[in-house]
Amino acid sequence: MNPETALLEVREVNKAFGGIQALFGVSFKLNRGEILGIIGPNGSGKTTLINCITGFVRTDSGKVFFKGREITNRAPHKIADLGVTRTFQIMRPYYSLPAYKNLIVPLFSPRARRLGGWRGGGKLGDRDTVGIDILEEIGFERDSQVPYKLASTLPTGYLKRLELARCLALRPELILCDEVFSGLSMSEIASMLPLIERLQMEGITLILIEHRLKELFRVANRVMVLNFGQKLIEGSPDEVMADKKVKEAYLGSEDLSDYV
Amino acid sequence: MIMAGTDVRQERLDQGIKVRTSGIYAISGGKEIGYLILPRLVLIVGLLLLPLVITNPYWQRVISIVGIYALLALSFDFLTHFVGLVSLGGAFFVGVGGYIAALLNTKLGLPPLFSIPLATIGGGLFCTLAIMPCLPLRGVYFSIVTLMYPLLAMRVIEALNIFGGTDGILGVSSFPNRWVEQYSLILVVLVAMFGLRRLVNTDLGLVFRAVKDNDQAVKASGINITLYKTLAVFISSALACLGGAYLVHIYMWAGISTLALDFSIIPIAATVIGGGGTLVGPVLGSLILVPVSELLRAFGTLRIVFYALILMAFIVFRSEGIMVYAQRKYHQFEKWVKV
Repeated sequence: MNPETALLEVREVNKAFGGIQALFGVSFKLNRGEILGIIGPNGSGKTTLINCITGFVRTDSGKVFFKGREITNRAPHKIADLGVTRTFQIMRPYYSLPAYKNLIVPLFSPRARRLGGWRGGGKLGDRDTVGIDILEEIGFERDSQVPYKLASTLPTGYLKRLELARCLALRPELILCDEVFSGLSMSEIASMLPLIERLQMEGITLILIEHRLKELFRVANRVMVLNFGQKLIEGSPDEVMADKKVKEAYLGSEDLSDYV
Repeated sequence: MIMAGTDVRQERLDQGIKVRTSGIYAISGGKEIGYLILPRLVLIVGLLLLPLVITNPYWQRVISIVGIYALLALSFDFLTHFVGLVSLGGAFFVGVGGYIAALLNTKLGLPPLFSIPLATIGGGLFCTLAIMPCLPLRGVYFSIVTLMYPLLAMRVIEALNIFGGTDGILGVSSFPNRWVEQYSLILVVLVAMFGLRRLVNTDLGLVFRAVKDNDQAVKASGINITLYKTLAVFISSALACLGGAYLVHIYMWAGISTLALDFSIIPIAATVIGGGGTLVGPVLGSLILVPVSELLRAFGTLRIVFYALILMAFIVFRSEGIMVYAQRKYHQFEKWVKV
């Protein structure tokens, strides 16, 4: 692969729902190993952007490239097969299955069978064991009952982790996280942050959509701000925090440092 | 519950926890093995004894009909509760299986030994191809479209006057004797039931159940859900085609009444009564509903009224279904102990 090719490139993506322009010519590049934070007020098009990249929503115009290959408007399962995985803002576990059986599904996918799943473990052991290994890695206590409980009985914190675990099981190259910190307590977030950093060290590229700015600015290398479907600014966390346009659009006229 | 004036309390042993966590304890002793095997044995032996116990020729025919409805109900239960596709077109599957078996038998002279398996596989493929365009539909939209299939097929046969038109295909050969008919059908039902129960707990079965729980998450896991829905429709429709093929060979006739709505609706009622999502429930439901429907013939034209009342009573008082209730109770031993 050409080292100058970005891992992910989004070029002039437009998306309208009826008369509402959700995305308006959004472009950005993402390099391998980076963590990009995307922030913006409610309804600014953050989730739509993820949906457009992962194929869950068809773009009206514009192009998406992954490793230099165009993936615009491909079927979601084909995009996931390339290693572009996502979590959902509203968690989507398989409620009728125990937590570890939730991971059988991604481990059964063509990609995981090809590459052996997370860290290639699927080539060594059976899927049940690999599933429990992933859950342990991500903060489910292995010796407790938790991994064996039905997903419908798990609290939010574990379900958020399960969303991330489902991505990891595919042995992803890029994870798009849609608000993984929302609804978590401070201590739960505190235990998620090292996990995110560890994933980055293992070479996984991440896009984090967040409302928790303090936590996001701590892990993100770059931050992009969306407002009414348009890119307002893109830069380092410090640059974004200092930017006047962001203060006005995102937080009104108040001082952003009050929030951070 | 504490009874006034007595010093007893109810003690409940939830043996089910042991069962659900692992089956390993079963080898720990005869009592445990018996605990697991007994209910299965009762069902298997009970079904196998039916043709021996029942001597009245009229009720012997009812056994075969029970078997056919059990297959249809299994097909419905699998597709509804394990894949999330609520198909109201069961009659279409029955009709396709029945007509294929009848054509193979009368035109090519194939005996039931060959016509039934061929109708099962061929019918399954045909039905899957026919349903494929509807697979992107979800929920009630899929149900409504599949409801149209048997109605459409009926009108097509009538209008084009193909396959014997309204007269149907006559002269389909029957089984050598009633033992072959009934025992092969009972074995097929048992194999289908235990086979499906295995299937839904394999990794492939978990993907089916995941499609039901959350198809978007399955897509995000890099799995083509249309492929798995297609496979599930094939399994389900092949089972129903098998029932249709049996039906045609038992009645020695295939006609547009094999596409009648009864074959779509009664299996659903049997699944509701027996307990959906258990795969044993639908078989039990058919075992109850079909004979009840025969008994109610004594009421003449009021038969459907009583039938509907029984169904309503079940849905109001035991909406979870017999099997779900029985499984829960079986896994809890309750006894009174002196305090």
